[in-house]
Amino acid sequence: MTVAYFAVLAALTFAAYAVAVRRSSAIAVAGPVRLHSLPAYHGLLAASVVLVPMLLIYLIGSQLVTTLATSNALSQFPADVQSDVMKSGSALRDVRNLAAGQHSGDASPVLTSAAATYSAWLERGTYAIYGAGILAAFLGLAMSLASIKPSFRARTHFESVVNIVLMACAGVAILTTIGIVASVFTETMRFFFDPAIKGRPGVLEFLFGTEWNPQQAMRADQGDIKSAYGFIPLLTGTLLITFIAICVAGPLGLLSAIYLAEYATPKMRKYAKPVLEILAGIPTVVLGFFAALTVAPLVRGAGASIGLDVASESALAAGLVMGMMIIPFISSLSDDVINAVPQSLRDGAFALGATKSETIKQVVLPAALPGIVSAFMLAISRAIGETMIVVMAAGLAANLTINPLDAVTTITVQIKTILVGDQEFDSAKTLAAFALGFVLFFVTLILNFIAQRFVRKYREQYD
Amino acid sequence: MTDIVPQPAPVIPVRRPSAEQSATRLKSRYAVERRFKALGLGSLMLTGLFLLLLLANITLNAIPAFSEHAAVMDVTLDPAVIDPDGKKDPAILAAADYASLTRAALMTAIPGVEGRAAKKQLASVMSSGAADDLRAKVLADPSLIGKTIKFPMLLSDDADLYFKGEGVKASSRPGTGTITASDSKGQITLTSADNAFAALTDTVSKFDLEKDDGGLVLKSSMPSHLVALNGGLVKLSKISPSSATGEVLTPLTSAGPAVGSAWQFVTYGAPEGNRQVNDQAATFLEKLKASGVVQKNFNWRFFTSGDSREPELAGIRGALVGTFLTLLVTLSLCVPIGVLAAIYLEEFAPKNWLTHIIEVNINNLAAVPSIVFGLLGLAVFLNYFGLPRSAPLVGGLVLALLVLPTIIIAARAAIKSVPPSIREAAIGLGASKQQAVFHHVLPLAMPGIMTGTIIGMAHALGETAPLLMIGMIAFIVDVPKGLTDAATVLPVQIFLWSDLPEAAFQQRTAAAIVVLLAFLLLMNGAAIWLRNKFERRW
Repeated sequence: MTVAYFAVLAALTFAAYAVAVRRSSAIAVAGPVRLHSLPAYHGLLAASVVLVPMLLIYLIGSQLVTTLATSNALSQFPADVQSDVMKSGSALRDVRNLAAGQHSGDASPVLTSAAATYSAWLERGTYAIYGAGILAAFLGLAMSLASIKPSFRARTHFESVVNIVLMACAGVAILTTIGIVASVFTETMRFFFDPAIKGRPGVLEFLFGTEWNPQQAMRADQGDIKSAYGFIPLLTGTLLITFIAICVAGPLGLLSAIYLAEYATPKMRKYAKPVLEILAGIPTVVLGFFAALTVAPLVRGAGASIGLDVASESALAAGLVMGMMIIPFISSLSDDVINAVPQSLRDGAFALGATKSETIKQVVLPAALPGIVSAFMLAISRAIGETMIVVMAAGLAANLTINPLDAVTTITVQIKTILVGDQEFDSAKTLAAFALGFVLFFVTLILNFIAQRFVRKYREQYD
Repeated sequence: MTDIVPQPAPVIPVRRPSAEQSATRLKSRYAVERRFKALGLGSLMLTGLFLLLLLANITLNAIPAFSEHAAVMDVTLDPAVIDPDGKKDPAILAAADYASLTRAALMTAIPGVEGRAAKKQLASVMSSGAADDLRAKVLADPSLIGKTIKFPMLLSDDADLYFKGEGVKASSRPGTGTITASDSKGQITLTSADNAFAALTDTVSKFDLEKDDGGLVLKSSMPSHLVALNGGLVKLSKISPSSATGEVLTPLTSAGPAVGSAWQFVTYGAPEGNRQVNDQAATFLEKLKASGVVQKNFNWRFFTSGDSREPELAGIRGALVGTFLTLLVTLSLCVPIGVLAAIYLEEFAPKNWLTHIIEVNINNLAAVPSIVFGLLGLAVFLNYFGLPRSAPLVGGLVLALLVLPTIIIAARAAIKSVPPSIREAAIGLGASKQQAVFHHVLPLAMPGIMTGTIIGMAHALGETAPLLMIGMIAFIVDVPKGLTDAATVLPVQIFLWSDLPEAAFQQRTAAAIVVLLAFLLLMNGAAIWLRNKFERRW
């Protein structure tokens, strides 16, 4: 159905273009007056007048038809099925399967008749969409052909269509944000306030609880398993690993940036920059593999050799590799900032007799400080949101500890652990992942916002 | 009016350092300078070292996975097994028990294996893929039925690793004196009148061994000691200078004495408890190796087959096709949308609060953690729109949203770098604003946009976390055929394999990483090449 509709759509669009171009060029050749717009613009306008309504009819129509078919099919079921979200959902799945001929086992009479209604409505809807679409296309075509006159400003009209398309494309970014906020926020609200969710925590219980154990009772007789949604262990775990990562990446990245910006010869820069870019381009799943397979045993072995008991999934190993990931991030941002410090400041310091390192430490770095701080904040936000390294190298146990040799878990690890595999969308456990996602989104957003503010303020100082 | 009385300048006492003092101070300042510079260079080198270590570690791990071992054997394609009614019906040919044929071939190649356990051990040397290969060969050419063909049979992952030198280091040294075997098979005792085992008891005495009526009991946590005599092999379990007991791994041709150089001590280096291949299997493998049938091939299977639970059969084809389909969706969505959005923001957008919000929004989206995009995909595409789980379509949509900000930012920079004179010239010749942009600015900005696109796609290629959220993590053997088939992608395949305990899977993980990095390198190389070749400085 979809393929056929789009084939018709494409054919009509091309036809409209071709006819309009012929018609307008005929006028252009025959008539005494010159066309305002080139024939191609008449063609493009006609094509878009056919294309856009047909697309809209399909998009809106198919949603409408599905909704109608669903509600009509559902009305065949008893009232208790209709009112219960879970039951009606599974009934609808059965109806769809039966209508598609994929239902296994015997179907009850209610189900059979519901499926019949469903397919009947779908079929009716399909015809309606086809009819409306083709009608709209021909109307549009007739309208645009009728308007082909030398004085008709086809280009202006077409350009305003293009302008709307351009705006819509820019709007996708906004839509994405709205989508993220809406989906994550609504699920989070359900997690905290929906009375239908069993075992949901209070907001304060979530924010300040010190125990994280999102275990759900699978059956009624396992009801004594207590779930706990205390956020604090995840927060400390995340911050611990981030702290280790920054301890590694901060000095290394900053010193590398200083060397590259102030000391390195152009040739050295030419070779060193790609090294950092390659490191920045390595997928985190690769770094995670490296952390789990090589770094973690190394850390464990080193700990054992000096008599320390290191967990096999220690925060230290994950943090070290995460630090590796962040080095290029800090160094490239800091490099930009240091390069943006005006040469006159350096020259002034040199003129006063300062050595190069004195100039850097006492003049360049203070001038670049806001930029460097914002680089660090962006790096922290990157580290907090990083998933694969910690999934592969950090543990699952939500220990409330600040010992880097212990196993800790992070926000992202828990989101991944909860959501991988089939999940009911109505359990507190699944919704907890969305609450964690909300926290993650919110924290990184704030960090980025502050960092961008810092950069802007700094730019204004020297431009 | 008062006269300004000139004040004498305040005298600041200046303590000039002596020449000597300032020389020392200068020296120490220069030392600080050198230290600081070395520190910077050191951190740069350390970063490079990290990268080198990472790449070297993964490459070294990956190398073994690019080869596989097979044993070339004579396989009799018995019509009674393959095609009992002689009609060559493909359905019957496909359903036949090829495993029995490959097992029979193996039994012929290593004769004299008795007992259920030993036979099972022997069969485990071979991969279950050998039978599948044989089936494919027969189906391709049914005229082979009834003939005996030379056929390379794939060995199991443990056997494969054994030949790659991960397993046992076998060594032998000649015995001295005379030993006599009590029997030719089963548990036997070797006796020696002239204390022939004294050499061995000295070797093993450094291990803290238990004594059992005069003999030392050997453990599985130490290298295995065996004796080869009369054409057979005996694994020793207890030794004293004058006698030894053990289990026959390869039957002796006869019980009885062996003199001097007719028998040898054989040592399997690694302790049996620490390796996947036990001594029994090791004797089979040594025998195969000695008969010259073991062959090392390039592992094409790794590139041509889908995922499997058996490491020696697992390949990345499914993941590669899944990656291709996913990136196709991503590319076809985010390039048009990204470029058009960039054109709008850079050329047409009025400077108002809405445009400002869009700009701030794009910058923020670029820094949102990727896993949050996975949550978006799960809640919106799977739950709300009801799109299929694990499908490249959904993966592509999520990745498109993820890389869209990157592409918009790159495209804006490219458009911005086209000088205004180009637009002004076009407009001056009567072009409309849109004609100026689409006919003149866009083509000139194209190299920059392409570079940004390639870098964005490289980013999408390495992304794992959001795809886990939308179920692209399932174990999928089949190669996906369409956008809505269940599929996985290369980074997720890496993640899946890295979790498995088998050593062979660790190597395959590393090999898949090498392939992934090769693709990334290719894409980044292309981006750099494009930038250098086409980008103009105005």
